[in-house]
Amino acid sequence: MNFLGLLARNRLALLGLVVVLMITVLALLTPLLPLADPDVTNTANRFKRPFEDGAILGTDHLGRDLLSRLFWGSRLSLAVGFASALVAATIGATIGIIAGFHGGWTDNVIMRGVDMLMAFPYILLALAIVAALGPGLMNALIAVAAVNIPFFARNIRGVTVGIAHREFVDAARLSGMGNTRIILTEVLPNVIPVIIIAMSTTVGWMILETAGLSFLGLGSQPPQADLGSMLGEARSALITNPHTSVVPGAMILIIVISINLLGDGIRDALDPRLKSGALSRPMPRTLVRRGEPSAGKGSSALLALSGLETQFHANSRVYRAVSGVDLVVRPGECVGIIGESGSGKSVTALSVMGLVASPPGVITAGSAHFSGQDLIGAEYGTLRRLRGDRVAYVFQDPLSTLHPLYTVGEQLVEAVRVHHPMPKVRAREHAVGLLHSVRFPNAKERFDSYPHELSGGMRQRVGIAMALANDPDLIIADEPTTALDVTVQARILTLLRELQRERGLAIIFITHDFGVIAQLCDRVAVMYAGRIVEEGPTDAILKSPAHPYTARLMACVPELGQERRRLTAIPGLPPVLDDLPDGCAFAERCHRATDACRVGNIALAGLATERVVRCIDPEFRAAGTA
Amino acid sequence: MAGYILKRLVSAIPVLLGISIIVFLIMAMIPGDPAMAILGSYATPENVEKLNRDLGLDKPLVQRYLIWLGNLVQGDFGRSFSLNRAVLDEVLERFNTTLLLAGTSFVICSILGVSAGAIAAARQFALADKAITFVVLLGISIPSFFLGMMMILLFSVNLRWFPVSGMWPIYGTRDLSALVSHLTLPALVLAVVATGVIARLSRSAMLEVLRQDFIRTARAKGVHERGVIWRHALRAAMVSIIPVLGVQAGFVLSGAVYVEIVFQWPGVGRMLVDAILKRDILLVQGGVVFVAACYVMFNLAVDVAQSLLDPRIRT
Ligand code: SF4
Repeated sequence: MNFLGLLARNRLALLGLVVVLMITVLALLTPLLPLADPDVTNTANRFKRPFEDGAILGTDHLGRDLLSRLFWGSRLSLAVGFASALVAATIGATIGIIAGFHGGWTDNVIMRGVDMLMAFPYILLALAIVAALGPGLMNALIAVAAVNIPFFARNIRGVTVGIAHREFVDAARLSGMGNTRIILTEVLPNVIPVIIIAMSTTVGWMILETAGLSFLGLGSQPPQADLGSMLGEARSALITNPHTSVVPGAMILIIVISINLLGDGIRDALDPRLKSGALSRPMPRTLVRRGEPSAGKGSSALLALSGLETQFHANSRVYRAVSGVDLVVRPGECVGIIGESGSGKSVTALSVMGLVASPPGVITAGSAHFSGQDLIGAEYGTLRRLRGDRVAYVFQDPLSTLHPLYTVGEQLVEAVRVHHPMPKVRAREHAVGLLHSVRFPNAKERFDSYPHELSGGMRQRVGIAMALANDPDLIIADEPTTALDVTVQARILTLLRELQRERGLAIIFITHDFGVIAQLCDRVAVMYAGRIVEEGPTDAILKSPAHPYTARLMACVPELGQERRRLTAIPGLPPVLDDLPDGCAFAERCHRATDACRVGNIALAGLATERVVRCIDPEFRAAGTA
Repeated sequence: MAGYILKRLVSAIPVLLGISIIVFLIMAMIPGDPAMAILGSYATPENVEKLNRDLGLDKPLVQRYLIWLGNLVQGDFGRSFSLNRAVLDEVLERFNTTLLLAGTSFVICSILGVSAGAIAAARQFALADKAITFVVLLGISIPSFFLGMMMILLFSVNLRWFPVSGMWPIYGTRDLSALVSHLTLPALVLAVVATGVIARLSRSAMLEVLRQDFIRTARAKGVHERGVIWRHALRAAMVSIIPVLGVQAGFVLSGAVYVEIVFQWPGVGRMLVDAILKRDILLVQGGVVFVAACYVMFNLAVDVAQSLLDPRIRT
């Protein structure tokens, strides 16, 4: 009953539901209510104002009681609207299921026909049908239902195609079930939610359409009246007696608006994508909700993270992606952060410039001092001016991280000009220079290429050129080579190393590949479950890893570009981040784990010069203590 | 590019044929003697005989269709008996005025709808978003004929800002300002529903795009949030908004029927309703085929616009 709960939580949808129910009940009860006969004309009483002579809503141009006509008219409009929705849904769904289930030739022919029908301007088709059948309420119903059939057919077909190839359908086929039975018992139950969504979002529309045809005089014929024809008849007296128009018009509006509110609620409740709040857009910067920021330390540092905590708040759960990270990057230094996916390494890197998507991301504690200035607490404007200018990012998959609709040249020029306004021609020259500096072949000719026209390696060179655009002090590279094949990966790494030397760049390099770390980084921090578990000079750690996790990570094939095989080689899975265990997070997978590992908080402890480890029983101890 | 346009042009031919078949079949549903039904109250023996000759109504269905199609291709849409005029002449004349109304509306709803949707997405959950969402809901729930009537009451009768109805003043000069003042209300009313639908879809398209990696890249570059929304996100969102615009153009074009009736705009929609009520079948048939064909061509233009925007389609 998750669905009803979700619906109830949406107050507007609930309001819609209440109004729809009320109107429906009144419509059903209309014959029993003490109302005047809606069709008795009394021209002596024409155009009574509301509340005049006991007629609560007044009378129309033939002296008929408007309240009574309103009730009967609503009853008719609702009935016709729902009926046409039902007819359209039934026929459309049948067609859609048949096309989607059988596929191939049947599908092709049916969907071509549906496409043809959808090529018509909607109401025009309804008019043509009414023209052929002749005006009348039944014919209007048929016309509105008919023009909505393609919509249902196409929607339902799409869903059915997805279901028709699922295992349980295959299983049913193998067990010798006939097609009709499979459709009824296996396919239909899975399609019904989609039918309901489609219906709930179109019923309002169909009520409008049938009322519209009646308004035009093509639907219900006098004396019988639905809301549309009441409005149509009242039109000639619009200026002299507006109440006769307002009454039915407002009623249509109330009915349709409450049905639409309800329909939106139903759609939101049934559409799983909306449930998780996944459709919310990330704000320009990550939300910060922290207490007292800790003071910055290490004045010689270019960047100093201290006690950084970033969490994801979703569905009343808290995922601790980063819980208390301290890290220092000195000018011109390359620091690697390594860990499995989900270890918090990317989130750490994105937190620095407030690029963690939020919602759901929230920075809950810590600071990030860049050249002495705390970025976590900084104003958006300050942060924006630093982004791409002093601190630049290179992301993993350059196909999705470059804008698909702008040429690489345009994107480079933009990167330059947001921070250094200059004429386009000069920015262009500068950008071509950038492409040269990342050894991009035929830079001039390919300046106007779109990202999809380049190879993966070339795209990543563009990504790096863009990061270099304003000669930053720090580049944060988030798995920049992971999406590339091995030889290209090696070339990009060489390029990065050269650039670092030439320009005195500091780099934070995020990866899950120790081979990459070995080639590039001066120091390395190993992350596990949102925390740094070991940190120190690359050489020292490569020679003698102290944390069992580091050792495991290294033990498996330290070969460039083979990280997938390697990672599966560590038995077990990292802990879930919304329920971190007490003690060492690695205990479940650690071969050295003892009971002592599972209690309290294990601190990062000094091991040797510049080396720290978060383990009570490391693989080795500093000389003299082992 | 030229190759792409040619390809799309060729692919429009089966759609046009399909449309003609559908209209033909709908008209073939008419019960009874076709000639009598088509002519209705104009069924004099001479008329019946002439129509049978022109359309070959005594022949089998397929043959009749081919005759009819052949006539269409030559620009012969038949003769309207109620107007005693060639159908095509009447349709062309009326279609121009509808195009003026629907075209104006389309421009209004595209601009308003897309900007409202983009703003709502950029300010998701903020007051602007809620206000826009509410107005949009109102817009897609109100029948345009009712809205039109209320607008006439308010702006024409009470405030006297705009004329009540028609396309031109009965007396006085037929200049641009007269046309604009007559056009304003109906064009706005006609735009309301489409604006709502476009705003809704633009909002979700924008939300979808704003979550993509390249938006994060733009932000990481230090692009100002305004640039992120209007230059990066909207450009990418347009790829999914433009097809919606194409569909909405169809709604605006056919929804013009109601507005033309309410504002007594002498367009093709009003002509169709009159023709249906007078059972002037050939006029309906011709009008529907013509407008639908124009709409197909318009969608073709939309596809081309789409390919101009998205370089990935062209290749
Ligand atoms: S603290 Fe214990 S469980 Fe954790 S890594 Fe060290 S030895 Fe293994």
